[in-house]
Amino acid sequence: MTTTAVRTPRSTPTPPAPKRRGRDMFAATPLTYVMIIATVAMSVFPLYYMIVVATRTNDTVASIPPPLTPGGNLGSNMSRLLNNENAQFLTGMMNSALSSLMVTVSVVFFSTLAGFAFGKLRFRGRNKFMLAILITMMVPAQLGVVPLYMLMNDLGWTGRLPAVTVPFLVNGFGVFMMRQYVTQSVPDELIEAARVDGCNTFRIYWSVVLPALRPAIAVLALFTFMAQWNEFFWASLAMNDPSNPTVQISLKLLSTGYYNDYAQVFAGTLLSILPMFIVFIVFGRQIIGGIMEGALKA
Amino acid sequence: MTLPTTAPRPTRSDRRPADRELPRPGWGRFSKLDTKASPYLYIAPFFILFGIFGAYPLVYTAWVALHHWEVGADTHTFVGLDNFTKILSDSDFWNAVYNTVGIFVLSTIPQLLLALVLANALNKRMRGRTFWRMGVLIPNITSVAAVSIVFSQLFGRDFGFINWILHFFGVQPFEWQAYKWSSWIAVSTMVDWRWIGYNALIYLAAMQSIPKDIYESASLDGASSRRQFWTLTVPMLRPTIIFTVIISTIGGLQLYAEPLLFNGGTNPFLGGTLRQSQTVTMYLMEQFFGRFQFGDMAAVAWLLFLLIMIFAGINYLITSRLERSDKKSSKKRGGTR
Repeated sequence: MTTTAVRTPRSTPTPPAPKRRGRDMFAATPLTYVMIIATVAMSVFPLYYMIVVATRTNDTVASIPPPLTPGGNLGSNMSRLLNNENAQFLTGMMNSALSSLMVTVSVVFFSTLAGFAFGKLRFRGRNKFMLAILITMMVPAQLGVVPLYMLMNDLGWTGRLPAVTVPFLVNGFGVFMMRQYVTQSVPDELIEAARVDGCNTFRIYWSVVLPALRPAIAVLALFTFMAQWNEFFWASLAMNDPSNPTVQISLKLLSTGYYNDYAQVFAGTLLSILPMFIVFIVFGRQIIGGIMEGALKA
Repeated sequence: MTLPTTAPRPTRSDRRPADRELPRPGWGRFSKLDTKASPYLYIAPFFILFGIFGAYPLVYTAWVALHHWEVGADTHTFVGLDNFTKILSDSDFWNAVYNTVGIFVLSTIPQLLLALVLANALNKRMRGRTFWRMGVLIPNITSVAAVSIVFSQLFGRDFGFINWILHFFGVQPFEWQAYKWSSWIAVSTMVDWRWIGYNALIYLAAMQSIPKDIYESASLDGASSRRQFWTLTVPMLRPTIIFTVIISTIGGLQLYAEPLLFNGGTNPFLGGTLRQSQTVTMYLMEQFFGRFQFGDMAAVAWLLFLLIMIFAGINYLITSRLERSDKKSSKKRGGTR
């Protein structure tokens, strides 16, 4: 036990290593730092380049060597973007914000409700219903697009916000995730105590289960919001009215129609990832925690 | 498991007393109704919404796929499996399958290998852990549309950053969109840029749950850290690796936005004039936007689903075999455990 340096407090001096160097294999070497810094640099570079192009004029963009520092043209690029009637960028941002918000609230509410039922309540057919939800998670979205599109057409929703909102109001992943958390983090005694105090089931959900689930809800809400904001496949089919796009469709309209005006297109990509970027800066720790915890459960 | 809640359950109710009937004066009937009906009420919204917008379309796809069904037409004639035979004899479909599988292999193998190596680096003790983790995850929060647009510019022929780097090595300005292999590389780069960090975090989580004393005894036996990585860490990650392979298979074979926006042009669903980078999902959309055929589109959706199932199965078998032979050989090579 004492031969390891891993997690050994400072007080015990590292004993002379019987083996060659690298015995403490959990210490970061310079090579580790080089590798990680290189990866982070490559991860950030395209985003940095986005800022560079979005703040330059098109003349400087189309030059060799390519510009590597931001310029001062963001304002005029943005105003060209926002006044571009063929991309409807502001409408796109508004639509995406609204749709993502509604979907997030709905997914969190229905997932916690169903997760609570599956995790803590007894009812006939519980396991069969849960199995059905797990199966729905396996099927790719593409399989159902044709009838879904027809349905949207019949409802008169194509090209309008409900088309990209209503089909996403519930999802199996959320129910599954919440069931796992409810089972682990809400003790049965707590629920029983609430019942003894005369709480009905909904009251237990609202004032016992929901508060206990707060960290998990944060993670689910973040993932749902990001997924919805970034959704592209279904929107490219269902939002077929160019005057009423989501933000991703605005980007598509921009990139297919204005490939010569890079500065404007890049101003659009920059604006479109700005909300995600802010969410990431504020909640990065929770997002990382959510991915890593989810990985252990899978 | 699903006994009625009123029945006395001596052993189980001790363990899970959450909703045991408890006498409450004046509450009797309502409370009984509450405990009986509430669970169904709580799962109902999911099943109702999913039933309408998820399950019904899935089932109905099969029906549509068996009909000649034009967009906007009132009558649909039953044609049996004709749509399927038509699609299966279309060389464009097979080209799309070839592209999809090619890009999938070209992107997934480096993606998961690099993620493993990166996770191993992130697993070391170091300062600023959260900062580095956020740094590698940041590509994942950007939308595919934005990523594809930026990379299309980076891969541009005349003023693209990558060609500019390559010219230092004497490479002439190259049109990445023009050829199959180069489109595949460009699209794979986008996919990998977006997903390496995410997969690395998943591997990192699994690595942290490996008990450290295994490594102690391995290093006492004189195993180098590289050898420990391949003979200890990787085999221990087996379930996680299988999980990421399956997830990447399902996601990778549905590839759509990256190739679509990379090779835009006037008819973006073709993936270039010679269909250099048309994937199956793009081909699916072409049935709608280019040919107005719902029936064919539904048939392609089924074939895509089948393709995903086949590849998920194959990849599951390959990964579980690979890992197992790894374990065996590590034992043969001197038994690190």
